[in-house]
Amino acid sequence: MGDSNYSKAYIQALIDELKTSKIYTDLQCAAQVDLAKPTLRLSELKKGVLNGLVNSGWDRKLRNAIYRFLQTNPKLQAPTPPPEHLKEPLVYLRKAQQSWEKRILKSLNSMCTELNIPLARKRPEKDQKEWAQKWTELGIDGPDLSQIRPVYAPKDFLEVIIGLQNPNYHGSDTPGFYHLWGIVQVPLKVKDIDELRLQYSDMSINQCQSGIDDAQDIPSELFEQERVKLGKKVISANHGPLAQEFSKKGCPTSMRATLWCQILAIEVDEIDILYYEQLKTNVLQHELLVDSLLYKDVKLTATNDDQYFVFEDFLYQVLLPFSRDTHVLKHFDYNSASPPKSYIRGRLGMEEFAVNYPPNGVIPFHGFAMYVAPMCFLFKETITLYYVFREMYIRYFFRLHSISSHPQGIVGLSLLFESLLQTHEPDLFFHLKSVGCHPLKVAFKWLVRAFSGYLSSDQVLLLWDRILAYNSMEILAGRFGGFNNITSHSIDPVKSLLQMKAPCFVHGAQRTKRPGAGSSQREAFCQ
Amino acid sequence: MSKGTKVPGYMQGKGSRNPRGIIGDREIRYKCSLQNTILDVLRGRPGWQEVPGQNNIQPNVNQANPKQAGSGSTTQGTTSGYKGSVRNPQGPGTQSAVPTRLQGFQSIPPITRNSDGDWDFYWCDREWLAQNYDTMFLYEHQKILHFRNHYELTRKNLMVKNLKRLKKQTERELGKAEGQSFEFFPTTYELPSEYHIFVEEFKKNPGIIWIMKPAARAQGRGIFLFRRLKDITDWKKGEYQPLSDPNREVPETYVVQRYIENPYLIGGRKFDVRVYVLVVSYNPLKVWLYRSGFARFSNTRFSLDSIEDTYVHLTNVAIQKNAPDYDPDKGCKWSTQQLRKYLSAKHGVEAVKKAFKGIDNIIIKSLQSVQKIIINDKHCFEMYGYDVLFDSDLKPWLIEINASPSLTASGKEDYDLKFGLLNDLLNVLDLENRLTGKEKRVGGWDLLWEDGPILADDGNMECAPNGTTASIPNSFLGCHNERKRQLRELYTAAQSIKKS
Repeated sequence: MGDSNYSKAYIQALIDELKTSKIYTDLQCAAQVDLAKPTLRLSELKKGVLNGLVNSGWDRKLRNAIYRFLQTNPKLQAPTPPPEHLKEPLVYLRKAQQSWEKRILKSLNSMCTELNIPLARKRPEKDQKEWAQKWTELGIDGPDLSQIRPVYAPKDFLEVIIGLQNPNYHGSDTPGFYHLWGIVQVPLKVKDIDELRLQYSDMSINQCQSGIDDAQDIPSELFEQERVKLGKKVISANHGPLAQEFSKKGCPTSMRATLWCQILAIEVDEIDILYYEQLKTNVLQHELLVDSLLYKDVKLTATNDDQYFVFEDFLYQVLLPFSRDTHVLKHFDYNSASPPKSYIRGRLGMEEFAVNYPPNGVIPFHGFAMYVAPMCFLFKETITLYYVFREMYIRYFFRLHSISSHPQGIVGLSLLFESLLQTHEPDLFFHLKSVGCHPLKVAFKWLVRAFSGYLSSDQVLLLWDRILAYNSMEILAGRFGGFNNITSHSIDPVKSLLQMKAPCFVHGAQRTKRPGAGSSQREAFCQ
Repeated sequence: MSKGTKVPGYMQGKGSRNPRGIIGDREIRYKCSLQNTILDVLRGRPGWQEVPGQNNIQPNVNQANPKQAGSGSTTQGTTSGYKGSVRNPQGPGTQSAVPTRLQGFQSIPPITRNSDGDWDFYWCDREWLAQNYDTMFLYEHQKILHFRNHYELTRKNLMVKNLKRLKKQTERELGKAEGQSFEFFPTTYELPSEYHIFVEEFKKNPGIIWIMKPAARAQGRGIFLFRRLKDITDWKKGEYQPLSDPNREVPETYVVQRYIENPYLIGGRKFDVRVYVLVVSYNPLKVWLYRSGFARFSNTRFSLDSIEDTYVHLTNVAIQKNAPDYDPDKGCKWSTQQLRKYLSAKHGVEAVKKAFKGIDNIIIKSLQSVQKIIINDKHCFEMYGYDVLFDSDLKPWLIEINASPSLTASGKEDYDLKFGLLNDLLNVLDLENRLTGKEKRVGGWDLLWEDGPILADDGNMECAPNGTTASIPNSFLGCHNERKRQLRELYTAAQSIKKS
């Protein structure tokens, strides 16, 4: 850890974080157990205890905890950057995000006044009991939703992104003269295909992938057997980075749940269960306007989806507690967005009466539930599902609906998508543009939802495997670069518009070649 | 092919008496009594032509049109005087009542002999076959849906009777342990004939839930659950009230079955799985299994508290349709592939393999139980729809077998499934004579059994790794179904074999 790569302040922050977490006391307890062992010699006290910790597996757990910290906390460049730089270094993007938040909040408030519903209220005793009873079947009769409408949809968000302008950047007078031919006009550095190829070298065409090469009718000794054997080894090691490396080639279906938990360093213990129960009690006690938004969203998306309708109840059990979880607030340290504030009745504008609304600071939009839905295939217990989703959200998904200059933010991904398409499918790009249907306008909602609901659930999970394994969401945009590479050769460009609109269909055509997520990128990055 | 030189049943005719002599290079003529997906499939097949005179099929009925049998002349095909609502011929009669004797059909004129030279393929309905089978003459090449006495398997009481018999026989010959493999249907009794044995059994196990089903009705009609004997005596009074209904001569046969109280739930909902099985010959038994199918979910959450609520307990689409918040767009269906993926994510690949192997066992055992009873005929084939339910230990249970599984599509995905299913069925039957007859997979159909189990790797011509997969049965329910690619490869291979 004394590595010069990390600044002192960063290491200090890490140590502080560890000291306040449960693992610190756990380690102490474990060390004490080792101390009490009669075989321990006083002269070799330190060595003995350390060995004991390694043998009992605590060493691995500590490593996993540190790894988790490294993954979620961005490395500091300057010794003490101002906190707003941590959120978003570019002023004009920061401002754009702020005004977007204001718009959302305004729309939320106006819905409140229009429908005359409070943002939050305590449930009567009777209702609380009723809710507690029907907790596992919340979908049967939800609140009246006819008046509720989603606060915003990806389409509204896209308009904001299209409107972004860098005040310091002046191209030519003719619009789109330089490289910014797409509709995103923010000059950010994005990777080109060679860099992506290098980054995703494990997905090249000559590498066997889970989800493709282990189909039922392919003899298992060709790939599957070895893969499963290796997977078991990886799982028994219980080491985050190892699981991550393994997942680069996709997770075998039956191991995915465990591997994801290891990558995200999630081990549900009693404290987690207690915490979830606390959140649940909060849901039972108070009713929020956000609940109706979440309800409406589930009804509009997952319940209407052939694959996910079964999981309706699970979704409520995850989403409602999520909106109460203040742990989520921590991610606003490195998220360009800020949690909306609300004031206690009658104290409008007084800072000391400001509260975050909703408690987790995230206002759901149309399609939010789809971040959870595919994971319902993985976990039987709602609690594990909950923690995995929460971790996924504060690591990755929040970037898909906030304006930032981060390479994995939605602006960067949109730009990457456009530039890949322009460079490698100029014909298709030009054609779509000339028929008045800009490709990003079609693809944006797929990106915002990380393809959930637009590809079949197993494809989505294979894709998310890669997000976790490479700790990056660039694959979402890269997917298209490859996508179109293949399709446009065989397909009449007029038709391709239609095909673009139906990703599954395009994908279906591809499956005949080699089914599975990744086959597209493989061809694109690594021919 | 496991048995060397042996030629499968339906291929024998073709091998020995050149079918080309009959069909030759002319188009294949078909008749079809249904108006749904199957008709689309038949119309879409290149080189197939509808027998004229079919256009006056009653449009709204997917049931019988017995008069169509007339010697192909359009004039005879009128439908006057015939009521569209056909009573199920296997309906109210007891056990093996001969359907033609039923009242509803007596007004229909006898069918002329040998009316049949004008079609090569007939997707008929059960009623038509029941009336005409005994009097018709079929040429070598003709193919017709349904076996004469298919009801031996599809009527709930007969199915159980046959299964019980084979189970006893197996126990006698091979010992109790072997009989264990028949433990896939819940304790069942036929009513009214076995009422007394049932009451005895009922008293032995107080408190458990029983389900009552009419033996011959379809789509979940007339089904109810009960826990107390009083419920059934009340019902009995109502049902068997003598002479209350002059049309009912004999009490309708019911089966009463122990209700599976611990079904496997997904998201709190119960579901059953529809499995498509094709039998092309009963002697030797030759069975194909289709890879795709679907799981039907009940609309509401499962709970044993509300046994009056039929919606919770029955997964039939027909019943669910009447549920108050039914949304036809949702369909409440998963593909079998989806289900298999879900289960393997939760329980691991091995557990799922075992569960699906249990389904293979159900299929084979149930077909064997009627193998000697069904009148085998090389002209006939049958596509069954098996309804299977998993319990919470992932053990499959046989609910029922349908000889005319619904071919009406509930949505696009469903249509694609059924379209592929039926097209591949025609590919298996191979009236075009394009295959070698040794295929173990045709499109989405896998050969599951031919006088013995089929293994995935012996002499498999489309993909034959000389590896160690020897013990894998040729059964791929819920596996990836890229039927079009497979067919392309298959036909290319078959062509080259035939040429050489």
